[in-house]
Amino acid sequence: MRAVTDTLIITQRQLRLLTRVPEVLIFSTIQPVMFVLLFRYVFGGSIDTGQPGGYVQLLMPGIFVQTVAFTLAGTASGLAEDMKKGLIDRFRSLPISQSALVIGRTLGDSLLNIVVLAVMGIAGYIVGWRPSSGLLNVAIGFLFLLFFGYALSWVGIFVGLSATDARVVQNVSFLVTFPLTFLSNAFAPTTGMPRALQYFAEWNPVSTMVAACRELFGLENQFGATAGSFPSENPLLTSFIYMIIIMAIFIPISVRKYKRAAD
Amino acid sequence: MKSVIAEDLVKTYRNGAVRALDHLSLDVEEGTVLSVLGPNGAGKTTSVRILATLLRPDSGRAMVGGIDVIKHPEKVREVIGLSGQYAAVDEILTGWDNLVMFGQLYHLGKKASVARAEELLERFSLTESAKRPIKTYSGGMRRRLDLAASLIVKPKVLFLDEPTTGLDPRGRQEMWSVIEELVKGGVTLLLTTQYLEEADQLADEIAVIDHGKVIARGTSDALKKQVGGERLEIVVESHNIAKTMEVVANISGNKATLDEGLRLVSAPVSTGAAALIETLRSLDDAGIHPLDVSLKRPSLDDVFLSLTGHAAEEKKEEAEVGGRRKKAKK
Repeated sequence: MRAVTDTLIITQRQLRLLTRVPEVLIFSTIQPVMFVLLFRYVFGGSIDTGQPGGYVQLLMPGIFVQTVAFTLAGTASGLAEDMKKGLIDRFRSLPISQSALVIGRTLGDSLLNIVVLAVMGIAGYIVGWRPSSGLLNVAIGFLFLLFFGYALSWVGIFVGLSATDARVVQNVSFLVTFPLTFLSNAFAPTTGMPRALQYFAEWNPVSTMVAACRELFGLENQFGATAGSFPSENPLLTSFIYMIIIMAIFIPISVRKYKRAAD
Repeated sequence: MKSVIAEDLVKTYRNGAVRALDHLSLDVEEGTVLSVLGPNGAGKTTSVRILATLLRPDSGRAMVGGIDVIKHPEKVREVIGLSGQYAAVDEILTGWDNLVMFGQLYHLGKKASVARAEELLERFSLTESAKRPIKTYSGGMRRRLDLAASLIVKPKVLFLDEPTTGLDPRGRQEMWSVIEELVKGGVTLLLTTQYLEEADQLADEIAVIDHGKVIARGTSDALKKQVGGERLEIVVESHNIAKTMEVVANISGNKATLDEGLRLVSAPVSTGAAALIETLRSLDDAGIHPLDVSLKRPSLDDVFLSLTGHAAEEKKEEAEVGGRRKKAKK
């Protein structure tokens, strides 16, 4: 019970930080909204999707996934910052549940994702995004996205605890997430990629997530060389397995690493 | 009763290549202040981190408030307060936010946390800046808030790791008076410092550490005695120097030395103030009126120099640069 209260107090701290520095919230929503507008109007005209509703229908799931993937960087750099300032030492010297700080942070970052996804959804709607699968499926899609962000924030915890400098954390996280989001089906169909890359893109968790969201939002996924493979046939299941694997690995090692942060 | 006991603590980094603590032992009597004095890199922070449950020693034993630090860290955390070298508070949040949050983490409940936060803000003269983010605070204010955060639940044992490092003289003075007040209140305090003056001013007892072990320990007076007695120093007019040296040598029983430029005659004495009075009387009888007279007790600087063979202050610059990265040391 005490562990739950401790965790909630830490989560509350994350939220309070947002109210004290509203810029964080503003910029974490402006950036994805900017991506929506840029891709929608710059590439939208030249990519033929062959589906009703145009490029924006395919684009939105891609941008949603990319945005929640960046949770990794946010969690990692926030934690690295706390480490650098010695704040972690204070928390670790308190009589509180030792995992409260890391769990609280992952929850807080997920709550931020709710706000960001809501703003993006509205922006998408304004520029023509109309999911055709009904409210329930759309809601499940968003839950799925939040869950994905949550799993990745545990990777962020590990990265944040491993790094020695907050700026390095930011760079490393982007170095990982950027290629992953672009070597995928997020912004353009994989059919135009070299064959080897198509296989990589097909198994890339970002792709399976995007494909899963597209399915939930009532779209048909397009595949080239990889049509018929397991991830392309079962994107939802594959993504789910990925998330479970990520959490099964990173929750225990992150908590362990946190408890021994200074040894 | 001993509130803090450390026995034979060993801690090495990088697979034994760096020996931070080398069989360090110390203890603090309940209700007293022990100052752990040493240059940067001597092992001060490592000792505090072990006693405050943040770090596990490679070997050795540590008890705080009668509880085994290694076996029951969670129980130790309930009786200690820790305030480190770096103000470990959330910079973005306000002073009020921070104290209320820490109060809640001590399970005081929201209402009691608010009441306690306001009380502490008042006590540390931070009420006016309570609603400002910490990043707008001066160095001294940050440290005071950090100290306040470690006092939310009255700790049985308080650890202060270099509480005034990096503060300007005014900030240091403010911190000292706050700490002195705490000490009057009867807290058991283990304080690390690289400032000799600070140890002299705040501590009942001093443990001098270097290269991870305690090399001397005792009260400030006892340590000074260990280095040697006092020195009588007298400045006179040039034409009186010869006679003065004679008088001083007589009373001291040792040969007097002369600093010609300063016209300063000095000699070690063992009887302290009595020797001073006797000397003045003899000089007066001889019709000599000294320009300046003093009885110099050895400073802690002298103590440190004679114990370690190097001055404590000389490593200070390294401390400012090297101190910053210490947190991330694996």
